[in-house]
Amino acid sequence: MYQSSTNPLSGVLRINLMLIAALIALMGCASSETVPSERSSEPSLTLIHELERPSPDPRVGLAAGLFNAEETIWNLRLLSTTPSPEDFIGSWNTDLAFKDNYAFQGSYNGFVVWDISNPANPEVVVDFLCPASQSDVSVYGDLLFVSGEGLEGRLDCGTQGVDSVVSEERLRGIRIFDISDIRNPEYIHNVQTCRGSHTHSVLVDPNDDENVYVYVSGSAPVRPEDELPGCVSDFPDEDPESALFRIEVIKVPLANPELAEIVSSPRIFEGLDAPPRHGLAPEEQAVIDRAIEQGRFVANYGGTPRIVNDGLVRRFLAQIVQERDGSGEPTQADSTALREKLDYMYTDFMEERLAARGRGLNVGPNQCHDITLYPEVGLAGGACEGYGLLLDISDPAHPVRIDAVADSNFAYWHSATFNNDGTTVLFTDEWGGGTQPKCRETDPYEWGANAIYTIEDGKMVFQSYFKMDAPQTSTENCVAHNGSMLPIPGRDIMVQSWYQGGINVFDFTDPANPVEIAYHDRGPISDDRLEVGGSWSIYWYNGVLVNSEIARGLDIFELLPSEFVTQNEIDAMNTVRMDYFNPQGQPMFHWPASFALARAYLDQLERNRDMDMRAINTIRRGLIDAEGSSGSSRESLLLQLAGELENHAASTNNADKVMRITGVLKDLAEG
Amino acid sequence: MFYRLFLSLTVVLAAAACSTTDQIHDHDQSHEHHQHSEAGIHAPDTGDLSALEELYWSRLQESRMNFTQADIDFMTDMIVHHAQALIISRLAPENNASQSVQTLAARIINAQDDEIALMQKWLRDRGQPVPIVHIHGLELHVEMEMPEESMAHGEHGHGHHQDEDRHHGHNMHHHDMSHHDDMPGMLTQEQIEHLASLNGRDFDRYFLKYMIEHHDGAVIMVRDLFSVDGAANDTEAFELASDIHAEQVTEINRMQQMLDAIEGL
Repeated sequence: MYQSSTNPLSGVLRINLMLIAALIALMGCASSETVPSERSSEPSLTLIHELERPSPDPRVGLAAGLFNAEETIWNLRLLSTTPSPEDFIGSWNTDLAFKDNYAFQGSYNGFVVWDISNPANPEVVVDFLCPASQSDVSVYGDLLFVSGEGLEGRLDCGTQGVDSVVSEERLRGIRIFDISDIRNPEYIHNVQTCRGSHTHSVLVDPNDDENVYVYVSGSAPVRPEDELPGCVSDFPDEDPESALFRIEVIKVPLANPELAEIVSSPRIFEGLDAPPRHGLAPEEQAVIDRAIEQGRFVANYGGTPRIVNDGLVRRFLAQIVQERDGSGEPTQADSTALREKLDYMYTDFMEERLAARGRGLNVGPNQCHDITLYPEVGLAGGACEGYGLLLDISDPAHPVRIDAVADSNFAYWHSATFNNDGTTVLFTDEWGGGTQPKCRETDPYEWGANAIYTIEDGKMVFQSYFKMDAPQTSTENCVAHNGSMLPIPGRDIMVQSWYQGGINVFDFTDPANPVEIAYHDRGPISDDRLEVGGSWSIYWYNGVLVNSEIARGLDIFELLPSEFVTQNEIDAMNTVRMDYFNPQGQPMFHWPASFALARAYLDQLERNRDMDMRAINTIRRGLIDAEGSSGSSRESLLLQLAGELENHAASTNNADKVMRITGVLKDLAEG
Repeated sequence: MFYRLFLSLTVVLAAAACSTTDQIHDHDQSHEHHQHSEAGIHAPDTGDLSALEELYWSRLQESRMNFTQADIDFMTDMIVHHAQALIISRLAPENNASQSVQTLAARIINAQDDEIALMQKWLRDRGQPVPIVHIHGLELHVEMEMPEESMAHGEHGHGHHQDEDRHHGHNMHHHDMSHHDDMPGMLTQEQIEHLASLNGRDFDRYFLKYMIEHHDGAVIMVRDLFSVDGAANDTEAFELASDIHAEQVTEINRMQQMLDAIEGL
């Protein structure tokens, strides 16, 4: 749908504007000595919150089709779209993992290995038929891990399914392949688990180079004990071996992967009864405030204020009177004593009450959909039903829960992504499980969206919701799904899948005000009925965005420079290289020193009005000179620039970023 | 068309300029993609694509042949089970439920409405009778839409089917509701009427109690489905049942917390 063409005049104006912009850009680039004068005082980059997106939104009303749906794209370039190999057509493509120049794409029918060396022409290296849902994939070294959850998965990879409830032929858990010969993956081992593996996460322990760990998450019902001994679906207070309240951790010895086995089943959920932390809506908070003002008893229960009702207050006071061997009405002193002990008495009472409960009550979440491990900051984000969990994973075999949030919009947490610094975590709400149309005009913005939290002293603090907001049809399954960070230095930018809502790129550097900066969308597979399709996962990998399209195959995109992201920022992004990437095991990005990196930071200082334009342009000119020189003169120019910047640091609004630039310049001088 | 091509060229020019200046956003770039495809380095030509598309639709048809009676019973029962959740949830706004119960009720309505449509589609795709639910106030009426001869398979080469037309050409059979009383978690009509008579905080309390019971029932129905040989092997059935399971377990938990809060815990 090319709506701009309905207004040829605006199109022409735009062309002119663009020519001017391009000319200015050329001048700025070609000239080594001068910076155009109009740039010297006024910033030409606009704050991203002030920029406009295409309007009306061209994602609305796209024509349907499987391989010929109408498409729209903004600030991205689609480099290729390649249909799945024939055996995989009609099945669902799922998650992605990457190693070297290969993309591993899971499918309900098995997995496909693509050579993406040429992103305009990815080639199938292997299509391995081995049905199991969801076949989420991870790679490490010469090993490929594949999740199996559905009931039809077979140990022998057969396509005939399994027709009985208890069967020795069924695989639910993790399949392990040796991919040392990439063209001939060898199926070497299975680890069966009680709920199967919906997804999994590979944890590479920085302190252990002999093993990797696989955290298994399962969300389907527990399999019968007759099929896999030890699987018990009773609740833990009935049977301590219950499989309901745990994730499973598989230890994989790299020298002998066929010996991989479950080493622990940490019960990261037990005793979890945290009420919604950010669930306190302003009006609810007002109620609490009023209660405190009125002198009512408000207990702090697990970090959340709870107004204690009068009956309970009387009961606590009576207890206090009894403890001092008194009788009659409680005194003012008793009341003061209660205020001091309230949190403790209330918590005690709650625990007693909870302990007295049988099954079905206060069970806490009993499964995680997905766990994102971020070993470099020692944290994991668990997306576990109604809870977002923050886990300490400094001991990889024994994750410990340090915080939990529930959401007042009743989110069903699906996955987590951290920003690069590990100071912000984003949870996705896969409302409806991904097969339903949750982006219609009538679906609330907060539902099926991302919820963004900052991490402050080990606690998660709610900041905002973010959802792809172009209304989709009722034949398009659409909800927040998988994505990854883009290594744009100094900014938190993520690319994300929204099933048939397409993909988008957004900036949440300001976690309270996320801004969409690019997108691609297709029309529905069908106008008449909902066929499950769209983007399951899209991730950044070594300069490109690789999209696993459920029904249509593999798309590869690149981000284009725009008002939202400069070419320098993209160039700096593309200096980051990964040898492999599993999105559930988040790597920390590190940027090598480069001129692009320094320029990217300068662009950000300009965009955010953090530094005087004349100073910025002086540094830019200096960078051009330094880049054009070599040896000791380059070194001294760079050090001189670093010195100048240091002098400026105090007078800017972002001394931290200025100091980062000086760091880059010094590194360049050394290098 | 001419100027659109021109636009693309301009974009390339600006991109090549290693610019830090504004780049006009251009959603017309999909146009470029078509050129890529036409260049046809790797993309199958249109003939191949239409063959693949044919394969796609026929595989979808095939995948819908693999189901059991237990799957059919599950879908048929769950539609009615869900319909009762709609009746209960729709009371929330008019009975002055608290904001959080109203939010929960709205989410249940949205979720279960869509799931009903999905389960109806599942049955219709497999040539099975489809319960059509009619809600009149507190009353639930179920009619069975009987499959047409031609409905079964085949003619829907693309599986296209107008939902709006679902009633046309089908025989409708009134359904005896008493059949559903044995479903776990179904409330009695008396319980529903009791709930409808409550207001505010009292409504909240009973809404949560009843809905927890109701959801518990749905979870049991999923577990029962999974305990039948060959059931839930069908991808769509497995996904639906697992999603219902995960969603309702999550909601039971949240409702229990809300109930605690109301009861002063």
